[in-house]
Amino acid sequence: MLGPATYCIWTICTLLEGGVVVCSLTRHSFRRYLTLNLYMAASVMVSVGRYFVLSRYGFDSDQYFYFYYYSDAIMTICMYFALMGLYSIVFEELGAGTYVRTFSMLLLGGTALFTFGVVHQAQDRMVTKYVAEISQNLYFVGLVLTYVLWGAVLKLRETRARVVQFVLSTGVYFSLSAAIYALRNLYPNYSNLASVLMYASQITDTLLPLAWIYAYLRFDDDARFAPARLAVIPR
Amino acid sequence: MMMGLTFNFSLAAMMPGIILVVSLAALLQFFISYCRSLIAASVKQPISADVRDVTGIARTASGEDFERVIQLLRLCPAHPHDRSEIRAIATYFRLLGFLRVSAGKLMPSLVSWTETERGQCAYFAAVALERRIAFSRDMLAEQMHT
Repeated sequence: MLGPATYCIWTICTLLEGGVVVCSLTRHSFRRYLTLNLYMAASVMVSVGRYFVLSRYGFDSDQYFYFYYYSDAIMTICMYFALMGLYSIVFEELGAGTYVRTFSMLLLGGTALFTFGVVHQAQDRMVTKYVAEISQNLYFVGLVLTYVLWGAVLKLRETRARVVQFVLSTGVYFSLSAAIYALRNLYPNYSNLASVLMYASQITDTLLPLAWIYAYLRFDDDARFAPARLAVIPR
Repeated sequence: MMMGLTFNFSLAAMMPGIILVVSLAALLQFFISYCRSLIAASVKQPISADVRDVTGIARTASGEDFERVIQLLRLCPAHPHDRSEIRAIATYFRLLGFLRVSAGKLMPSLVSWTETERGQCAYFAAVALERRIAFSRDMLAEQMHT
């Protein structure tokens, strides 16, 4: 059973996700950051879908369980596409759009194959363990992709403040999510830890739209700063 | 066969542990860079003589100023856009304090780096204070006008 705090965070998160799309429209940046905005719009739809499944079948139902975890996995794959959008923005001056598109298609194919392989292999295993494992792996791949993108931002001396903010906040989101799922897999039998991690996961979900709204409102498309000064290890 | 099974089992057991360690290391790096990007936006903004007088920041801000500026920020009506960024910087400030105390003895260069960063956090808070004061003045002027 979900408590009022969970519903409250869930509502805030959904509103913030919708807020990202509204902010991008009011700042005339919807098409510029199309994949990021589509991801947020899809997140709102998934939230609404989850609410309907929850209210119809209940929290302990198989339907809600499967809907929750599979939609989470699909949203993570959608997030890869949002990341590919950021890759193409960072690499646009190098004219590497075709390479990015090819890579994103390969990534989608690879992820689909990997997921199929895991599903095929996991037929005889505990489903709860398997879904947590696949989410952990998907978030970790997202983290690696974001880390590579951050390296490219530093290497190419990308100075657009909004782009830098999008990349860094996405990195924080993926690393937090991967860490939460890894902890869940390390200690699957601790129910107290599981409930703490559930809240942590929900709060993490609110951080990403919050950071993106901040980036839209605080910075113009022309705002710039030197990313070399932001690196932990000075360059 | 047996060795293969043992290898698979230990790899499966180790995987979440490896992912946890790598994720936490990446989180630390991304979080520090993100906070520095928030600070970088305010570094170029000058602060007025009034705010310098109130906060006691003479030329450059130091880490010691941070708590005082935060206390002053709490006295001002909140600006709608700066609450989350101030919270993020306050977390970053505490993280820097922890780094200075825990790893400072092993790496003396870290102490000076954290002190510079803490000073920039204080400057960021002073810029936020300036913004809040301007926001309050605007609100007051609007109320007087209506």
